[in-house]
Amino acid sequence: MADSAIESRRDEERARHEAPPRLLLLSVSLISAAALVYEILLMRLFSVIQWHHFAYMMISLALLGYGASGTFLTLAREYLLPRFGAAFVLNAALFGLSATLCFLAAQQVPFNALEVLWSPREWGHLVLIYLILTPPFFFAANCIGLTFQRYKATIGRTYAADLSGAGTGALAVVLLLFLVFPLNALVLASGAGFAAASLAWIALGMRPRELIAPLVAVIAALWLLVHWSGAELRPVEYKSLSQALRVSGAERIEERSSPLGLLSVVRSPEVPFRHAPGLSLNSPVPVPEQLAVFTDGEGMSAINRWDGSRGSLAFLDYVPSALPYHLLPRKPKVLVLGAGGGSEVLQAIYHDAERIDAVELNPQMIDLVSRDVADFAGQVYGQPSVRVHAAEARSFVAASAEHYDLIQIALLDAFNTSSAGSYALNESYLYTVEALQAYLAHLRSGGFLAITRWVRLPPRDEIKLFATAADALARAGASAPERRLIWIRGWQTSTLLIKNGEISDPEIATLRQFCDERSFDLAYYPGIEAQQANLHNRLKEPYFFEAATALLSPERESFTERYKFDVRPATDDRPYFFHFFKWPLLAEAFKLKGSGGLSLLDMGYPILLATLLQSVIISTLLILAPLGVLMHRSDGGLKNSRRSPVFGYFFAIGLAFMFTEIVYIQKFILYLGHPLYAVAMVLAGFLIFAGLGSRYAARITPQQAGMHISRATKAIIAVSAVYFLTLPSLFDVSIALPAPIKVTVVLALIAPLAFFMGMPFPLGLSRLAAEAERLIPWAFGINGCASVIAAILATVLAIHVGQFWLLVAALSLYGLAGFAGPHRG
Amino acid sequence: MPFTRRLKFSVALLCIGLFGTAAHADEYAAKRQALIDEIRSETRWVSSEIGKTELDAQVLAAMGKVPRHEFVSEDLRSIAYANRPLPIGYGQTISQPFIVALMTDLLRVKPDETVLEIGTGSGYQAAVLAELAERVYSIEIVPELTQMATERLKRLGYAKVETKTGDGYYGWPEHAPFDAIIVTAAPTQIPPPLVQQLKPGGRMIIPVGGQFLLQYLVLVEKSEQGKISTRQIVPVQFVPLTGAH
Repeated sequence: MADSAIESRRDEERARHEAPPRLLLLSVSLISAAALVYEILLMRLFSVIQWHHFAYMMISLALLGYGASGTFLTLAREYLLPRFGAAFVLNAALFGLSATLCFLAAQQVPFNALEVLWSPREWGHLVLIYLILTPPFFFAANCIGLTFQRYKATIGRTYAADLSGAGTGALAVVLLLFLVFPLNALVLASGAGFAAASLAWIALGMRPRELIAPLVAVIAALWLLVHWSGAELRPVEYKSLSQALRVSGAERIEERSSPLGLLSVVRSPEVPFRHAPGLSLNSPVPVPEQLAVFTDGEGMSAINRWDGSRGSLAFLDYVPSALPYHLLPRKPKVLVLGAGGGSEVLQAIYHDAERIDAVELNPQMIDLVSRDVADFAGQVYGQPSVRVHAAEARSFVAASAEHYDLIQIALLDAFNTSSAGSYALNESYLYTVEALQAYLAHLRSGGFLAITRWVRLPPRDEIKLFATAADALARAGASAPERRLIWIRGWQTSTLLIKNGEISDPEIATLRQFCDERSFDLAYYPGIEAQQANLHNRLKEPYFFEAATALLSPERESFTERYKFDVRPATDDRPYFFHFFKWPLLAEAFKLKGSGGLSLLDMGYPILLATLLQSVIISTLLILAPLGVLMHRSDGGLKNSRRSPVFGYFFAIGLAFMFTEIVYIQKFILYLGHPLYAVAMVLAGFLIFAGLGSRYAARITPQQAGMHISRATKAIIAVSAVYFLTLPSLFDVSIALPAPIKVTVVLALIAPLAFFMGMPFPLGLSRLAAEAERLIPWAFGINGCASVIAAILATVLAIHVGQFWLLVAALSLYGLAGFAGPHRG
Repeated sequence: MPFTRRLKFSVALLCIGLFGTAAHADEYAAKRQALIDEIRSETRWVSSEIGKTELDAQVLAAMGKVPRHEFVSEDLRSIAYANRPLPIGYGQTISQPFIVALMTDLLRVKPDETVLEIGTGSGYQAAVLAELAERVYSIEIVPELTQMATERLKRLGYAKVETKTGDGYYGWPEHAPFDAIIVTAAPTQIPPPLVQQLKPGGRMIIPVGGQFLLQYLVLVEKSEQGKISTRQIVPVQFVPLTGAH
């Protein structure tokens, strides 16, 4: 025993000066890429089978597999290090095997997200899903952690391989999701795990070589399993798509997958779809035959059958969003934001618009309507007056030089998604004060901006939108904002109009007639009297009217303060339009649970906090566990005074890295036009350039590490500060440029920042390797856990204090790390 | 002898069986009563919305009679009388008892009236209505659910209820007009044929929201002159201007 311990120490001593083979580094890159692909695929897959805020929760917890690995390696290090090759290959292969199988197993858990408020059993199911999904992260982290320990002198190189691999993974997953369906992409991620195992086998010269063949065979077997065993995505039965397909005669006629979502087109000849949100009870015209389009099994929108005649579209004149056409001159020029299946475009055609610019985010949706079902849809997107643009609304408007008589923002989210509060955590730049200002700037004189929302009772987003409009008008310096607003509601939707100009008396007369004919209620117009509100679709009190008048009066602040929900306007700095949560709601909702009070709750935020809490608890356990072990080992025992700075340093840089990354992801969403592209580009940019930074740091000796940590953190703070001051004007001048140029701009901006951000971690590690090497896995674990906590904490902070203060927090943490890191011990 | 012994044994078993059933029945009756008491106390939260402090005694009596545990699967029977929605399969739920009571109350059904239900589901709501009305017609879109509910209602002796599988949008013209209509599946529009099939003075109630989460109720009323009006009812006391209650 003693001999083998001495032998193993000698091996370690040798390894200290040894560099990892290039092929092994490639293997590390591959496993990092595969783990990142797995992570993003899980989000995609769970958005399809469940709802995406639960997906978010699962991922955050699954990532703790990294933390668990840190603990495991600390405990099993002496056994594993002498068997490095076998351990690496086994873990990589286990990653490959588990990535697909764990997901298929997790899908078998009968978790019903909708029941979590009623049934404690569902929390048990959720925990079970976490446990099932964690192993792949654990195995991947073992590969990387083992390599760190095996090649201590060149930690920077391993770290660089790890980061650049993850960066490549971030780009690869977007590409992959354009090419294949998510479940097949998962098998490819598994394949990458086996490929990494094979590469390591060759790199380390392990025998027999032939063992690679079985590894490859397992990939093939997995592929077969998924393809021919009937393995498929099984969305929960409560999703709209599942329910639509239960109806006799309903069938899925088309399915498209992209990173933006899984589009399913459904035909239902026996029980036709009749999707016309907000349709007046007085509508004399029937809704035509429709095809339903679901995104990730939810968010139904309709493609209407159109025979080219104007008469068949008459029903579109009986919804609240038709109002602006009655107030505008003939042949208006219209911009539809969120064109989807084309209902608002048809509405504009019905009202004889001279030109219609239709903006739709998802190119596959445009493709469906203008190609696959073009005849059914009456070539709506091929009409001479219609121009279709595949773009995000804000970016399109920012890049456009056109002015319109009407900018129509359709109901972009389905009622179910909206009412479940699942958007609460999404950054939405569509409904911010700055967004509304931008739309208003593209209106012709006398033109209208029209925004339609679902009526939710008690009202929340509708009121937040009104407050946002009032703010946007005030900020734009419009005279008498109260004379520029009209607000109406039906039993199901409400429409807010903002005019570029003051509303005239004849317009008010037309408005009243429009509402009277359709039994819509007047919520606000200049000069409205209390008795004119709340006549047709009666609420107990005229809540909408009261809110509108309060928001336009000097008591605005106190109204917002007192209102049950958070209805403060969303801004570009705090772009959480769908966040309505206030603490008293939680207690009240549960007290009123018996009488339907849970509708007061928007689940997104409470779930976010629950996620934060659980990740803090589990992270603490994962950090404290190895710490406890270390304390009781005489040979690894370190004084508390030595351990605390190490703990603090790696925790601080973990938080700071994620905070900074998330601030820039949010900043670039607006610039690049879509959260997904922003996430992929920023993540890839940060990881790859941070990888280069690590590579550079690998050349620095442990003795110089302290000085370089200090320099790197100062550089991060300086670069970030410059960016925060100059980015808005840079975006203004370059937002209209073509996408490839914008991507280059983003990468060029990220490069120096990320380069410096890649340095503190490996520098800290190399210092640790020289002074207290037993703490390396521990540092790795702390850093991993900090990253997980930071990912959630960053969202909480951004919701409450905004991006600016989040960045300040990140830079302060870097400052602290640079000032009081382990190098000062 | 063997025969007598067998007979005794069978009688003993039967007694145990009967006793067992009686014990179960008592247990369920007690749970039902507890549920009625809970509904009664929950009503205070909606008193300002519905303009009264108690739900109709007839409605509560009806709820006290219908064996809700018969309308859920075996494994959910123990919580059948909890005041919460329960899954019934096929992506559908049996509504929260309080909401069933509230909707039934808002329909103001009289003993000689005919009611149409769109969305049979488990058949529970139809059974409650059958305790109050002359006749109940119920349409369900999922064939398997219609079949299960039909058998169940027949077994439990609810002969007043007639069911069919179909598209609820067109109502049931053969039996129209109706005094009251209850739509339990949230539609994206209020079907005009249903409005037409409502008698003057008739009421239609539509819950809006997801499967497990009710947002609000829409009550459509047709006046004696045939004029349509709607009321939107939030099932919780909502005082937006103070944020307190």
